[in-house]
Amino acid sequence: MTKEAGAAIAIGRLSKIALPVRGFVILSAIGVAVAAAYAMGLLKDIIRRWDDITFLSVQHMELAAISGGMAVVVGVLLGIALSRKRFRAFAEAVMQALNIGTTIPTLAVLALSMSILGIGAPPAIFALWLMTLLPIVRNTYIGLLEVPAHLIEAATGMGMKPAEILWRVELPNALYVIFAGIRTAVTVNVGTVPLAFLIGGGGLGELIFTGIDLSEPGMMLAGAIPTAILAVITDFVIALVTRAVVPRGVMPET
Amino acid sequence: MIKLEDLTKTFGSVIAADRINMEVPEGEICILLGPSGCGKTTTLKMVNRLIEKTSGKILVGGRDTDNMDPVEVRRGMGYVIQQIGLFPNMTVEENICVVPRLLKWDDAKAKRRAAELLELVALDPSVFLKRFPRELSGGQQQRVGVARALAADPPVMIMDEPFGAIDPINREIIQDEFLRMQKTLRKTILFVSHDIDEAVKMGDKIAIFRAGKLEQYDTPDTILAHPANSFIADFVGADRTLKRLRLVTVAEAQNGAVGTVSLTDDLSRAYAILREGHLDTIVVLDPQGLPVGWVHAEDAVGIGPVSSRMRPLPATIRTDADLRTAVAMMFTHDVTWLTCINADGRFGGCITQAGITRRLGDTYRSRSASAPMPQGAVA
Repeated sequence: MTKEAGAAIAIGRLSKIALPVRGFVILSAIGVAVAAAYAMGLLKDIIRRWDDITFLSVQHMELAAISGGMAVVVGVLLGIALSRKRFRAFAEAVMQALNIGTTIPTLAVLALSMSILGIGAPPAIFALWLMTLLPIVRNTYIGLLEVPAHLIEAATGMGMKPAEILWRVELPNALYVIFAGIRTAVTVNVGTVPLAFLIGGGGLGELIFTGIDLSEPGMMLAGAIPTAILAVITDFVIALVTRAVVPRGVMPET
Repeated sequence: MIKLEDLTKTFGSVIAADRINMEVPEGEICILLGPSGCGKTTTLKMVNRLIEKTSGKILVGGRDTDNMDPVEVRRGMGYVIQQIGLFPNMTVEENICVVPRLLKWDDAKAKRRAAELLELVALDPSVFLKRFPRELSGGQQQRVGVARALAADPPVMIMDEPFGAIDPINREIIQDEFLRMQKTLRKTILFVSHDIDEAVKMGDKIAIFRAGKLEQYDTPDTILAHPANSFIADFVGADRTLKRLRLVTVAEAQNGAVGTVSLTDDLSRAYAILREGHLDTIVVLDPQGLPVGWVHAEDAVGIGPVSSRMRPLPATIRTDADLRTAVAMMFTHDVTWLTCINADGRFGGCITQAGITRRLGDTYRSRSASAPMPQGAVA
């Protein structure tokens, strides 16, 4: 438990420090890639595929939005449910199962998903959803468990009902940790969507993998660069939402 | 106001509270005191039903809490805990407004109440209302904790070591502020403490617990002067008589006649008064009635104004101060008596070490006439 709590806090801290740092690293990587592409005369090659890029980017974001959105909804609800007293007994077992789930490579999950659901977008969305779900459940659960017991005692003693305690005390105080999980998971999701192409799910992976297969660096970069940009934008947007939604008294002090 | 009848709680084979019977009259502070694990907190939490009792009855304001919804019971009682428990996600104002909002108060009324309560606990509303708990010091947080418990003006307050987490200096200040508030608020308060000094200072009554049993329930002075058994005598400490000094005001321990003369009187007048009253000393007052000095009987001879033989007063003490302060002042100035002043600064008699000893001994004399001294008690 304490190890997990430490991990959750570490994730929180990491993403806090990482906002400028990670953004900078990724943006400069993109910059280097663009510069390299230009130097190699590939930029024209990339721009030539503008229609493909926009079409596939939309498809890419659709995959990420559907799988990520469902993961947030299900993950937060599941995390809340597991943190309730009557489910605490199973909660640890479920968390262990989820932890093992996280260690299975994404490609393996995609392959398993395909073997059950066939090819196309639905199995891809399912696999992405599953991969994204786990960190969100874990952070929601830990975030809620980490709300100090005396706050809940104070709330109970003041005459709050369990639902009022959840909405007005537990969730607001766990929100930063919950959002840290969402941010990490959804950003990774956006970066993982290209693998969906492998089971016929579409997205920018189409350009990346086809480019690799055809030994066409321009085509590959036409998929890779937008993927990276989308991931950075997603990370940034969720950071903004976090700042807007998490109460100021709960945000880590800067 | 709060009445416990045969209140019992068992956890498995452990009896945490064993047939507790006590009654806290309206407007009084009752301290539940004892070593850890004695059942005081369990008893407290059964009153607001954070812990469900095994058997017995709890009556609050004449109503049996069994016939009430636990949520209703709790909303009618202010609750303060040691860890304070301010909600970090809410501002000070929102924290104070929690119970009013639960009770569906009008928003504007709740906010007015929050500002009013901050004033009451000596925090400036314009500064603190919009702050978050983490932006406050520990003492400020506990003040807000008390304000929050008072928000809906409950007649009863339940306090679980409320000042336990505050440094000693701030604790004294907050205790004094709380007592000042209580003078006008007159809440009925159950207050858990493990600190005998706090209990003596804050309590109208003290209930001493040991191993789930209520060992003695009485006024602080009676508990200190007449501990019911050797456990209580040990618990309240060998210096318990010194602790009683806190409970008695200077005015209550004044005895014997005191002579006064005016600054402008003649020494012969001072001599006459000293002779007539068989006094050693006489206090000199200025025309406004303020004490300015004293004259010893040996010096009150000869002719001339009193002022020619007057000695300065080493110190004066207010009649509403406690004896502890008086004794400390006597030791500081190496004297056996002090001149007292009233709240308005005018002369208010004298207090002597003999008078203090006599006042503290009264309780033993009256008891020994009627009842034998409990075993282990030292007079």
